[in-house]
Parts: sequence; C-alpha cells; structure tokens
Amino acid sequence: MSEYAIQVSNLGKQYKIGAEIDRYRTLRDSLTAAVTWPLRLIRRQLPPKSDTIWALRDISFEVKKGQVLGVIGRNGAGKSTLLKLLSRVTEPSEGYAKITGRVGSLLEVGTGFHPELTGRENIYLNGAVLGMKRLEIDRKFDEIVEFSGVRKFIDTPVKRYSSGMYLRLAFSVAAHLEPEILVVDEVLAVGDAEFQRKCLGKMSDVAQEGRTVLFVSHNMSAILRLTDEAIVLDQGSLVHRAPTKEAVDFYMASGFSQTGERVWRNEEIPSNSAPFRPLALRVRDPRGNIGDTVRSTEPLDLEIEYQLDAPVQGLRVGVYLITMRGEIVFTSFDTDSPEVYDRYGTRPAGRYLSRGRIPANYLNEGQYVLGLNASSFRVKRYFQDERALAFNVDAMGAPGMQWTEARMGPVRPDLNWAIEEMKG
Amino acid sequence: MADSTMIAEDANKPRTETIILKPSRGWVSLNLKDLWRYRELAFFLTWRDIKVRYKQTLLGAAWAVLQPLLQMLIFNFLFGSIANIPTGDIPRPVFTYSALLPWNLFSKALSDAGRSLVASRNMITKVYFPRLLIPVSTILSGVVDFAIAFVVLLGMLWYYQVSFTAAMWAVPLFLLLALVTALGVGLWLSAWNVHFRDVRYILPFLTQVWMLATPIAYPLSEVAEKWPQWEFLYSLNPMVGVVEGFRWALLGGEGTLSSAVWLSVGIAVALLISGVLYFRRMERTFADTV
Repeated sequence: MSEYAIQVSNLGKQYKIGAEIDRYRTLRDSLTAAVTWPLRLIRRQLPPKSDTIWALRDISFEVKKGQVLGVIGRNGAGKSTLLKLLSRVTEPSEGYAKITGRVGSLLEVGTGFHPELTGRENIYLNGAVLGMKRLEIDRKFDEIVEFSGVRKFIDTPVKRYSSGMYLRLAFSVAAHLEPEILVVDEVLAVGDAEFQRKCLGKMSDVAQEGRTVLFVSHNMSAILRLTDEAIVLDQGSLVHRAPTKEAVDFYMASGFSQTGERVWRNEEIPSNSAPFRPLALRVRDPRGNIGDTVRSTEPLDLEIEYQLDAPVQGLRVGVYLITMRGEIVFTSFDTDSPEVYDRYGTRPAGRYLSRGRIPANYLNEGQYVLGLNASSFRVKRYFQDERALAFNVDAMGAPGMQWTEARMGPVRPDLNWAIEEMKG
Repeated sequence: MADSTMIAEDANKPRTETIILKPSRGWVSLNLKDLWRYRELAFFLTWRDIKVRYKQTLLGAAWAVLQPLLQMLIFNFLFGSIANIPTGDIPRPVFTYSALLPWNLFSKALSDAGRSLVASRNMITKVYFPRLLIPVSTILSGVVDFAIAFVVLLGMLWYYQVSFTAAMWAVPLFLLLALVTALGVGLWLSAWNVHFRDVRYILPFLTQVWMLATPIAYPLSEVAEKWPQWEFLYSLNPMVGVVEGFRWALLGGEGTLSSAVWLSVGIAVALLISGVLYFRRMERTFADTV
C-alpha cells in the first residue's frame, strides 16, 4: 500500500483558445474545412493552426493519505482544471496522476438536481450521481434531511424551494458523501452565514476523520482553518507549496510588485475582454501620492484608467474591496449614481479615468485587496481581476486607538458617539 | 474519459482502488467494469426520466396511449381509406397499432438520446460517471410508455378477436432488438450532437423519413411485390425487421419469419458495437466541448 492518496506527475491540460465562446463546431464548419483543404494545399497555406492554451502544465505533487491540502490561486490559475482532472471529469493532455481510493468531488452542489422532483427524490438522484449506493443513501437519509433543515418540504418539488433551501439541501447530500478522497471547490460560498458555519464545521469533521481532502477556495480564512498545507497555482503552474499560513502569505504578496499601482501590459489582458482594456489601477492619498500604505483617518482616492476600443453600452467599471481573508467588504461601480448612469448609457470609444473615493475613517487596519470589474449588467463581463492590487491601511489616530487590542471587522467607522447623562 | 485502469489492491482493503489518469489515445476500451459499478445510477436516471416525463401534463401517462392511437387513426385514413393498401387478413387498426408501438419506442429513443448528452451538460462537466449511462437510461425510460401502450394492444387483439400465436414469446426479443437498434443509432447521434449541433435539425427529418421507410402502415410484402429490385436495400433498415418481427410474433402472419429480420439483427448489432466504440472514443472530449 502506498502512503499517498494522490500522486500527480507532470500533469497538463491543454484547451483550444476561444473554446469558451465557440465551444462546438457546426457540421458546416467541418465540411467547409474538408472541402477547402485541397485548395489550401495548392495555395501552400497551412491549415489554420488552432491556438491552444495550457490551462495547467507540468504539475507534480503528492498528497499523503489523510492530509488536507489547500489549493489557492487567482481566477484562471488552473485550480478548477486541476480538480476536474483529479475528479475524472475531463482527462489530462499529458502526464499522469495516480489516485488511491474512491474520489468524491464537490465541484458544484446540486449537480443532477431536477426541479420537478421532490426533495426526497432529488436526494436519491443526486446521491447516485455523486457515486453513492442506494443503501448508503437509505442509511443517511434522515441525517441528510436533518442537516439541511428542510424536512417540512421534503416532499415538495424543489422548484418551489427558495434558493437558500435548494442550496442547503444540495450541500447536505454532498456533505454526506463518504469517499476516501474528497475534492471540494468553493462550495462554502453558498447559503447564509449560519449555514456556512455549519458547512465549515462539517468540512473540518471530514478532515478530522482522516480522509484526504483537496480544498479549493478564495476564502483564505477557510483555507487557513481547514488545511495545514497548501499549494499555490499561478498561470497553470505550481509555484509554491508550504504550510498553509506561509502559502497564504506567499499568495497574498505575489503579483503585487507594483503595490499602490497596478499596470496591465497588453499580454496580460485576455482577448475576450475587448473592447475594454484596463491600463492601470491606483490608490492615492489626499496629497496625490501613490503608495502601498494609506492612513485610515484619511480619504483614499481610487483611480481606474482604461481604454475602450469601441463604444460600450451600459458599461460599469468598478472595484471590489476584499479583505486579506477573502471576504468582500464592498462592490462599487463608477455608474452607480443614476445621473452618471444616464449620461453614460453608451460610453464612446476612448481613454478614460474613473475616480472614486473611499471616505476617511472607513477601513480598519490591515491588508486589503482591490479587484477590478468591467461589465455590462446581464450582457457581458468584459474584464475581471479579483486580485488586482493590494494595499495596507494604517490605523494611526483612528477611533479607539487608545486600546491596543486589534479591532475585529473590516471597517472602523467613526460613529460620532455622544454620551448623554440622563437625570432622574 | 480518462483511460482509467482499475487495479484492485490487496484483499484486506476491498474498497480501495487505484485509478491512473493519463491521456488516452485512439480507441479506448469499453470499461464495462465501471458501467457495472454505476448500474444504480443508470436506474436512477431512468427513474428520473420516467418520473419527470408526465409531470405537469394534463393527461399524464394517457399520452403513452393517445399518441399511438391518434397516429393509428391518421394512418388508417391515409393508407386505408385513401390509398387502400391491403393488410392481409389482419384488421387494419391492429395491423398499424402493433407496428406503431416498436416504432414509437424507437423514434422517441432516437430523438431523446440524440439530445441527452447536451441536456445533461451540467452533470457531465461536474461529475465523473460513465457517460454511456445517459443515452442508455434515456432509451430505457421509453419502455414504460411501450408497456402502457402494449396493454391497450392486448385489448385490441381481444376486441378484434385475433387469437394469440405460439410465437408470443418472441415479443420481448423484438423489443430488445428495437432497443438495440435505438441505442446503436442513439449513441452515434448523441456523441455527434456534442460536437455538431446540426443533429437537432437532422433528427425530426431523419425520423420522418425513417418512419415512411418502415412497413408501419403497409405490409413488407407490398414492397417486395412492387419493387423487387429495391427489396434488399429496403430491408437494410433494421426497423423493418423489428416491425415485421413484432407482427409475426403477435399476429402470426404467414408462418415463417421473413429473412429481413435476420438481416436487421445483424445490422442492429453492428450499429450498437460501432456506436459504443465511437461514443467511447468521443467521450473523453465531452466535458470540454459540450
């Protein structure tokens, strides 16, 4: 018996570029290609070589039996591809992986749920899809229902469920899988805070039962809490492996060399973000200085510089502010105000600078990350970088600094407290 | 799918298995072992399809009977009252209805299976299981409709006083032949549809033409008589054997079974084998392209 649950060696996965937009060919395309082939041959034109991209390349690592390994990385770093490979949803283009034990994957909860079926029926269906045997589901049925808290509606079609109930039921089925190796992707991002806590609790139970877990999340506090070691993926390669705390630090610090300012080079911008082209994202103090550390008692100016290569309708360009732990503090767009939104119904092509201001006495001390998003609501997300820029907030002079304790929470507002002495 | 070789480890740990993931090349093995492991999922998927089919319909399972009955009336009108094509000594309603049963099973299986993979995209891109189960369970779910309509057929036999034949035992065999044919063609179409969405436009047309090329409203002997030079080509259609066999088993017909049936068996098996092989070959790219 080998001591490893997962051994991955030089694993790689190649995708065709543009596969997301034009995933399938029509018969016509294939016929055209077949018919014009001799012509192209005569003209000595090589057939158009389809561009490919390595979503993952040269990945090698091992996971010991019973180990809980975190996988962190930006969007597009290859995390999901890695999980898809290990859970056998798709097959590698090169290299190999050896997996010892039954793999259960939670790439998305509720896979195979059918809206017309009742909660009870969906538990069986979903359980079977996830690889559970019928007897196993029978045995765990009550536990699953109990955990989900939807007992009252268990014989109601799930299409009548609220989205919260739906997700709770779906997670409950998944959480009761008992594979030797569990592969989990971001499922904790479902439901309300209360249910998330429950899920985290369940996950740590799983981890303590000695099962091997591969855990992917953007939520650094969940990663820190559940895993003791983590790997960091960047642009399809494994760049770091270390005890989780160190790996998280590495991840948070990486890619932020131009702190205070993030500049995008052309080759960093995905082709499908056209006509939007991000140029720079900056953080300035009130004196106009760009820097990676700002004071919480001063307002903070955000600048997004970008180029539109064509007019865009309904465009909104904005930021996410995210804590070091991965929690979003707020989301804000340059066309949030209705007047501005009306004025820029269609934004003409050109170069722009969108400015916003985070007020003074708003943020608590600590490290924050700014994400950039440019999208037209319900039409297209042109560009997104959830970790565009990191900066530090220094709380010198902030409310409550007379106490040296660390204040909890991402914000530290000045609430203008007044104390009145009531007589009688 | 990944070329996953299962190696059972030492006997003390019966549940632990090792899976090797690596790029597969060329024709891949059938991996029947995996299919067997996931047999319960096949059951659940079939059960789901059956459960969901008539939910929120006014008449529910009555459609399984109404549909062939209405088709029968139309065919009787067209081929009987207008074209006046003979049906031997078999009452025309029984003649047509008995052929419509396997045909409907087949045509529904074909169109459902053709779309099945794309309709299950959500599962295919998230969870591993043998993808073959999707078209297989889709096709199996049609057997329930068939069974319901079959009960009505028995009633019709009684009403028209058609005596049961000694060949009744062969009915399940021809049902199986219909399923094998449907699965063979369905596998080709479903795998195709993942890459070429043209299938959904071809399907209605294909079933329509195929239906006319099958002796449903007219007897096979009619074709043999009028166009003897085309008879061989005609009987290459495996559904000819299915429908003829069905009638033979239920209604007797002219004693011996037409040789077209054996040709159909051969073609159906060939379709199934090639379908499974093609499906397995394409399977590995399903999650990436669907």
